[in-house]
Amino acid sequence: MTTLTPVLSRDWDAARSWTMPVYLSNGGYLGLRKALTMKPEEIVAAVKDSGLRGRGGAGFPTGLKWTFLPAPDGGPRYLVVNADESEPGTCKDIPLMLASPQRLIEGIVITSYAIGCHHAFVYLRGEVVHVYRRLLEAAAEARKSGYLGSNILGSGFDLELTVHAGAGAYICGEETALLDSLEGRRGQPRLKPPFPAVEGLYARPTVVNNVESIASVPGIVRGGADWFKQMGTERSTGHGLFSLSGHVVRPGQYEAPLGITLRELLDMAGGIRNGNQLKFWTPGGSSTPLLTAEHLDVPLDYESVGQAGSMLGTRALQIFDHTTSVVRVVTRWLEFYKHESCGKCTPCREGTFWLVQVLRRLEAGKGRPGDVDLLSELSDNIFGKAFCALGDGAVSPVVSGVQYFRDEFEAGMHTPADEAFPPERSTLFAYTPRRPRGAELAGAH
Amino acid sequence: MAMKHETNVPPVHATSYDAADRARLADEAAQIVARYPDPRSALLPILHLVQSEDGYVSPRGVAFAADILDLTPAQVSAVATFYTQYKRHPNGTYTVGVCVTALCAVMGGDAIWDEIAEYLGIGDGETTADGLITLERLECNAACDYAPVVMANWEFFDNATPQSAVALVDDLRAGKAVPTRGADSVATFKEVSHVLAGFPDGRGDEGGEPGAPTLQGIALAKQKRWTAPALPDEGARRRTRTSSQEESR
Repeated sequence: MTTLTPVLSRDWDAARSWTMPVYLSNGGYLGLRKALTMKPEEIVAAVKDSGLRGRGGAGFPTGLKWTFLPAPDGGPRYLVVNADESEPGTCKDIPLMLASPQRLIEGIVITSYAIGCHHAFVYLRGEVVHVYRRLLEAAAEARKSGYLGSNILGSGFDLELTVHAGAGAYICGEETALLDSLEGRRGQPRLKPPFPAVEGLYARPTVVNNVESIASVPGIVRGGADWFKQMGTERSTGHGLFSLSGHVVRPGQYEAPLGITLRELLDMAGGIRNGNQLKFWTPGGSSTPLLTAEHLDVPLDYESVGQAGSMLGTRALQIFDHTTSVVRVVTRWLEFYKHESCGKCTPCREGTFWLVQVLRRLEAGKGRPGDVDLLSELSDNIFGKAFCALGDGAVSPVVSGVQYFRDEFEAGMHTPADEAFPPERSTLFAYTPRRPRGAELAGAH
Repeated sequence: MAMKHETNVPPVHATSYDAADRARLADEAAQIVARYPDPRSALLPILHLVQSEDGYVSPRGVAFAADILDLTPAQVSAVATFYTQYKRHPNGTYTVGVCVTALCAVMGGDAIWDEIAEYLGIGDGETTADGLITLERLECNAACDYAPVVMANWEFFDNATPQSAVALVDDLRAGKAVPTRGADSVATFKEVSHVLAGFPDGRGDEGGEPGAPTLQGIALAKQKRWTAPALPDEGARRRTRTSSQEESR
């Protein structure tokens, strides 16, 4: 049986966990103290050896990413922390930054030292004002305590940190769109190559890493690669935050070794609510193809979830029970992607628009013959043809939804989703629907 | 000229700030610019600053940002219209948003939306006649373990119901201090915009301990005595702390 391994979350329950004294009393900044006795390349090697893979969804090896920076040329190089958490279902970085902002800052200082960066940035989504308050105050506290600014802990190493708030755009979680946004532009993705490691922020070498990845660095430095590798599987090492949401008894954050299964996590979270049946779930956010009850024992590591036809993504486990209409859920997700499509490329901008048109009529029970095939065709016109990964992500729920629940989509020719699956059976509270069955969604954007 | 806009009376005829306001804004804009190696990076926070003054991205605010950063108004507008938090019309004192992305929608967001939209008699992006509440359909708030989620000026209200959402807008309109998962009360749209421009309001300590979902895993781990492998320096640190505690006695 797999057990939880709280590392990032271990002090979240301490009173005033977000303050410097509490962080220090729980081993805070010991990683930085050790790092400053090491050579930068030793830190890079330790993170590389640990096998840490990007926790923002793509799973690219973090240490390897750092080695892609070209040799120093005397000019600046940057670390940008991607804190634009907004993939539907993903809700791990926000609680981490609220409860433990110093852990992120410690990771930033160590990483900056390792890669030779003297000005780091956190790009936080703008829609979480209290997290911004905590980060701003934590940065000020770290500066006052000598962990930021010039000559950090007497090491001679200098680091400025700018905590930047975005303004509402999912696409800015895509690393090159984030960089454009941080440069004061519309957040639209850039053509790659050049990759950010070569030409990133202000066309300078830049490392972009997720919050949880960076927050994992102090532990790796303190414990060493072998400590980290005691957790997880051979190729998916370490601890990760698993975020359970939806129809579970105790939704929330469960920090476990990679490779834990949904069956084990559900057991910890009290199971599906009301003893209901699991219908479908996402392993890592709405951009990762749906899985079903047949996948309960798939180890939640990068390789196994990939073999099961999905992706580990951000370990955002959205759980839906048998009361839920998959057509309705997929429609809502596609409304999200349509709303958030940045408009730069035609397949995604137009494709998500048309997918929503078809999905809405299927949800309302007014589908036309051939609509399910049309969904597949529209998805085909986006997948692999969009400018960035958002396009591929957008079709994941459609393609996997039709794959596992084609009959339900076909039923959209004649039966409204809310007739087949009355929405009041899926909610957390009891209520009487105001909307007549089969009515078009009012006020949808 | 020095119009104060406590409600959503639009400063449509105000084409510029008076001297004192402009000097204050220019000073804050300079502080923002100083945070970045390249001035243009200041554009997003400066637009938040404009909203903290005018309650939306006003024409004079666009002109101001363009002037500060040596951009054209068209360049500034192109950026401002890309992001959902920048408002093209005077915003209410409080933006109230209902998450209607899939998971929140299923858990109750759709029902909450139907109730609150009917109760207020307004639709997505519209503002009540008293200028207090702007209603929004929200895409994912990254708080899915607290679903369904409602927010007011980007402070969260967890496990919301149609009744709790109605009570929230009633309290906000009545001027009551409404406690949130974050701050102890909901700041106004302008106040929050000022924070988003990067100026702390000293309220980061508010809000207390995290909610149950955040602590679910750690609580279970403690109950079951599950831990991560010990860090090599931990045994030593614990001993040091114990001995220093003994010394202090």
